[in-house]
Amino acid sequence: MEKDETTKLPLEELTEIAKNLRLDILKATTKAGSGHLSSSYSSVELLTALYFNGILRYRPDEPQWPERDRFIMSKGHAAPLLYAVLAKAGYFPREELWRLREANSPVQGHPILGKMPGVEATTGSLGQGISLGIGHILGGRITGKKYRVYVLIGDGECQAGQIWESAMAASHFNTHELMVILDYNKFQEMGPVSREMGLEPLVDKWQSFGWQTVEVDGHDIEAVTQKIHSLQEIKDKPTILIAHTIKGKGVSFVEQDYTWHGRAIKDPEQYKAAEKEILCG
Amino acid sequence: MRLGERAGLQESKPLRDIFGDALLEVVENNPKVVVLDGDLGNSTKTELTRKAFPERSFNIGIAESNLVCIGAGMAGAGLIPWITSFSSFLLCNGYDQIRLSVAISNLNAKILGSHGGITLGKDGPTQMGIEDLALVGGLPTVVILVPSDPVTMHKAVKAATDYVGPVWLRSSRIAMPYIYPQDQEFIIGKAITTREGNDLTIIANGMMVASALDAAVALQEDGIQARVIDLHTLRPIDRDAITKAAKETGAIVTAEEHLLHGGMGSNVARVVSETCPVPMRFVGLADTYVESGDPDDLLEKYHLTSADIEAKAREVLTAKRETA
Repeated sequence: MEKDETTKLPLEELTEIAKNLRLDILKATTKAGSGHLSSSYSSVELLTALYFNGILRYRPDEPQWPERDRFIMSKGHAAPLLYAVLAKAGYFPREELWRLREANSPVQGHPILGKMPGVEATTGSLGQGISLGIGHILGGRITGKKYRVYVLIGDGECQAGQIWESAMAASHFNTHELMVILDYNKFQEMGPVSREMGLEPLVDKWQSFGWQTVEVDGHDIEAVTQKIHSLQEIKDKPTILIAHTIKGKGVSFVEQDYTWHGRAIKDPEQYKAAEKEILCG
Repeated sequence: MRLGERAGLQESKPLRDIFGDALLEVVENNPKVVVLDGDLGNSTKTELTRKAFPERSFNIGIAESNLVCIGAGMAGAGLIPWITSFSSFLLCNGYDQIRLSVAISNLNAKILGSHGGITLGKDGPTQMGIEDLALVGGLPTVVILVPSDPVTMHKAVKAATDYVGPVWLRSSRIAMPYIYPQDQEFIIGKAITTREGNDLTIIANGMMVASALDAAVALQEDGIQARVIDLHTLRPIDRDAITKAAKETGAIVTAEEHLLHGGMGSNVARVVSETCPVPMRFVGLADTYVESGDPDDLLEKYHLTSADIEAKAREVLTAKRETA
C-alpha cells in the first residue's frame, strides 16, 4: 500500500501545536527585535491544519520530493510562522528559529527559495504566489507528477493587480489542483482594509473570476480541515478558502491594535503578558 | 549602405526569426523545455513552437507579471521555461517578478527579451528596449546574452537552455548579417575576437558588431588596424579579453544599441579603469528617447552608425597619441 505522506494528529495535539507555534514566533521575533508577529498569528490555525491535520503531503527528509504538495507563503511577511511550522514538521532543527533575521543565517526576514528546506518560493513583494502555484500545476501536468498546491495570501495582498491576473489564468487553465487560502484578518499595515482600500464584495469578485469560494472561521482547525477537504472534491474550477481571522490572534493587546503589523514585542513585561495569554489559551 | 556591407558580410533574415528557429530546435530536443508567451508569439517568433508543440506552449495573455511567475513556477516543477515577450514589457511590467521569483530565487528560467534597441523603428519608443541591459544589470544572478548574428543567436539559445540558472537573452527585429561560420564556438562569458588589430579595439554587442566591422574596414583604408571584440555576454563579463585588449591596443571604443547609462560601455569602462586604464570613447544612446522612424534614419539621427564608430575611433587614437 502506498505510504500516506500526510501527518494527521488528534485535535488536542493540534491545539497544543498552535500554542507552541505562537510561542516560537514570539520568541523568534522578540530575539530578532523585529518581524511580523501579528500577521503570523492570524494564520497559525490555517497552517496547523495544512501541515498536521492530514492535508499536505510532504517529506521533511526529502524536501525536493518531486511529487510533494507545494505550500507557497505568498504573504511572505508571515515568514516567522512558516519557519516555525517547517521546524515543527521536521525540516530543520527548532534552534534555527532563534537566528531569525541574523547575518549569516538562512532564516531570512522574508522567505528566500533555496535558503531553508521546505520554503517553496521567494516572497515578500506581494501578489506573486498564485502565479507561481499555477506554474507548478501546469508544470506537473507536463512532468506527469500528481500534487496539489496551496497558496496562502493576505487580504491587503488582494489589492495587487497580479492577484487578479493570476485569478483569471487559474480559471482559464482550470487549475483545480490549486487552492488559495485567504487570511482575511481585515487589517493591513496602515489600518483596516475597508478604510484603506476596500475589497468587498470579495466573494463576488472571486466567483466572477470563475472560482469556487468557501468561507470559514480561520481559527477553527477542524472546520478549516473539513472545508479544505470539501474543496478538494471540486474538479472544474480553482478553489479559494476565505478564512475569517483575527490579526494578532492569541494576544489581546496585539489583537486590538493594528500598529503591531511589522513589530515585535520588545518590552519584557509585554513579553511575559503575551506568553501567559498564549499558554492559558 | 546596408549593415555589414562594407565588411563583406552576407545578409540574413531578421534576428527574431533565427530565435524562433533555434527555440523550436531546443523544444524538439529537450522534453523539459516549455515556452510561455505574452500574446506576442507572432512578433517574438515563438509561434513556430506553438504550432509544433502546443502542449508545451502557453499564452498567458497580456499580463507580464503573471507570465514571469507562472514560468518561474514551472521551473520549480523541474522544467526549463522560456519566458518570452518584448523586453520593454517584461522588464517594465514584470521586473519585481523577475527579481523575486527568478533572480533572487536563482531559478533555472530563461527569458527572451525581444525588440531590443531602436531598430524596431516605426512602432516607436514605447516598444523599444533601450534600457533593457541596464535593468537586467540590476539582477545580479542573471546571465545576460546579446548575440550579434544568426550563428551566435542560434548557439546562444542552446547555450542558455543548457546553462543551469537564470539567463536573459536579447533579440531584435532587425536582420543582422552573418559574421561567423557555422562552426563558430560560442561559450557564455567568453568574448569573441572577431577581427585582429593592434591600434585600437572596438568592443561591441548585438547589431553594433557588424557596424564595428564596417568601421574597421574604413579605418583600414587609412592604415589603422582595429581589433573588434564581440562581447556577446554582458554578465559574466569577460575581464580577460577586455584587459588584454586594453594592454595590447591602448585605446577602446565601445558600441551598443542601448543607452550609454548603465549599458555595456560603462561595464567595460569599469573593468578597464581597474585593470589597465586607457583612453575610451562610447557609441550608444545619450540620455534620450527615440521616436518612430525607419531604422536606418534613426541609427543616423542618434549616432549609431559605422561612421559614428569610425569617428570615435579616430578621436580615441588622438587621445592615445596625446597620452603616450
